[in-house]
Amino acid sequence: MSEAALHTQGLSKRYGRTVAVDDLDLEVHRGEIFGLLGPNGSGKTTTILMLLGLTEPSGGELSIVGLDPRRQPLSVKRRVGYLPDTVGFYDDLSGRENLAYTAALLGMRRELAREPIEAALERVGLPEAAGSRVRTYSRGMRQRLGLAELLLKNPEVAILDEPTLGLDPEAADWFLETVRSLRDEGMTLLLSSHLLHQVQSVCDRVGLFANGRMLLTGTLDELAGRVLDAAWRIDLETQVSDGRELDVVAALRAVPGVREVQSDADGGCTVHAHQDIRGPLVRAVLEAGADVTGIALHRPQLDEIYRRYFGASTHEA
Amino acid sequence: MKREGSPWSGVGVVCSKELADHLTSVRMRILEVLIVLAAIGATYVASEQLRASVAESPFAFLQLFTTAQQPLPSFVSFLTFFVPLVAIGLGFDAINGEHNRGTLSRVLAQPIYRDALIIGKFLAAMATMAIVLVGLWLVTTGLGILFLGLPPSGASVARGLCFLVATLFYAGIWVAAAMLCSILFRQATTSALAALGLWLLFVVMWPIAVQFVAQAVHPAHLGGQAQAQAQQLSMMLERISPNTLYGEAVTALLHPTVRTLGPVFFYQIQGAMLGNPLPLGQSLVIVWPQLTSLVAGTIGLFVIMYLVFQRREIRA
Repeated sequence: MSEAALHTQGLSKRYGRTVAVDDLDLEVHRGEIFGLLGPNGSGKTTTILMLLGLTEPSGGELSIVGLDPRRQPLSVKRRVGYLPDTVGFYDDLSGRENLAYTAALLGMRRELAREPIEAALERVGLPEAAGSRVRTYSRGMRQRLGLAELLLKNPEVAILDEPTLGLDPEAADWFLETVRSLRDEGMTLLLSSHLLHQVQSVCDRVGLFANGRMLLTGTLDELAGRVLDAAWRIDLETQVSDGRELDVVAALRAVPGVREVQSDADGGCTVHAHQDIRGPLVRAVLEAGADVTGIALHRPQLDEIYRRYFGASTHEA
Repeated sequence: MKREGSPWSGVGVVCSKELADHLTSVRMRILEVLIVLAAIGATYVASEQLRASVAESPFAFLQLFTTAQQPLPSFVSFLTFFVPLVAIGLGFDAINGEHNRGTLSRVLAQPIYRDALIIGKFLAAMATMAIVLVGLWLVTTGLGILFLGLPPSGASVARGLCFLVATLFYAGIWVAAAMLCSILFRQATTSALAALGLWLLFVVMWPIAVQFVAQAVHPAHLGGQAQAQAQQLSMMLERISPNTLYGEAVTALLHPTVRTLGPVFFYQIQGAMLGNPLPLGQSLVIVWPQLTSLVAGTIGLFVIMYLVFQRREIRA
């Protein structure tokens, strides 16, 4: 328990007869980025609100930073940061004033808060805009301001709900880069998202979430192995003398770890494998008397895992 | 299960922020300008009329608030009308505004309880109301001195202060009602409409409906007894409306000669020296039920609003 930053067992939440979160077991270790992935309406935000003590669970156990949010909500909220999915600020106040309000709610004295506020603004790249009203901010700037608020709080665990939603690719990359640097500084982060390709690049472990249930957890490679079986795709360009194409294909099929080989007329082959077996494949082609002119490896993609696992029920990914 | 920490932590922060918002918001500026202009107009007209008779009455100052001259209504009628409007303006988007801006979950993720948010907001609205009312009262008093050339007596000032307190709690009812609407309805416009509808109900429909019900229960053709009963019933029903309560409270507070608010039987005024002013204490005794009802209404609505907010899901 002391090692886990966050731990739930049998956590559930029902609204009347609808079940939002069903018997959820989740464990996030300290110092990792955990991705909570699932389609919209799968119960991610409800789970987050329960972790923060903002919604009462219907049943189950949960602890975060070693505390129970039902009994010690103030301590939890002091040590856990939260960036909501559509983060909002007071439009008529400047970015700096918004942060000053948060600082006051955190119990910081006005004079003592000034320096951390400037440092946070500096880090998210908003020092110039911080004086103007939030009304004029773009979505990306608001998200930066939300991150600045998180930095101001400097929590042990940060929970980010759909942090890259609505950001342009550049802003999303910057955001994820910052998330990674926070992890390197020792913060534990829980990311919830349905934008899989963005999130997979930063998450140490992910959990696939649907209809209130956690279906799979593990690292990307573990999931790929479990769900896709043959997750690796290798494209080979070969030069074969006429009539020997079939020999090459047969040689490739004989390589251990290969699941399927497809060839086209130009000597190109697509190999589906259980793991990265580029070396043995090249050797097999050469031994079959052909040349390799090109090779490309496709790592397993979370989207693919996801789609394969959820089938047609996935709408967003 | 006992919660850790105090529900009051953060109240001061929320309250001072909300107060600053109210005092700088355009919405409040407009309402303030309106109300000040109306007050000046009413006071001026009243003082014009009073100037002739100022020497005769020891309570000329109080008449400043209650004297009306066509086409302008009295200062008190203005307040009866404007105070609910300002109160609704302060409260109608208190919670749903936070929700729609996406600030609610962010603020509640800070180490405060929901209690702090709702109490802070309510106190800030009441403080704004108090500032506006005190300012208005001072302006009117100052103008009165200017127009009438007469300083107010101690008793007038004391009655004026009681009048202010009554007005503040009258406002409190509407602030709490508007904030309740802001919790119940997600759209600010719906909430504003609901609050204004409630206000219209009490201003326009309620008195009519009350007459109707009283006549139906005790038809007039049954004679004098029934008529008296009908009047008593309609009075009781009318007092459900905060407007009636406030009107009655203010009547007795600002007219020292008022001895009763209901129908009077002859034996009750035997030996009374009609037309002589009552001391403040006696006037307060007359309207004590009205005053406590206004306070109770404010507290009651606040409690309902508080409970509804505590049970609301942050995210529906």
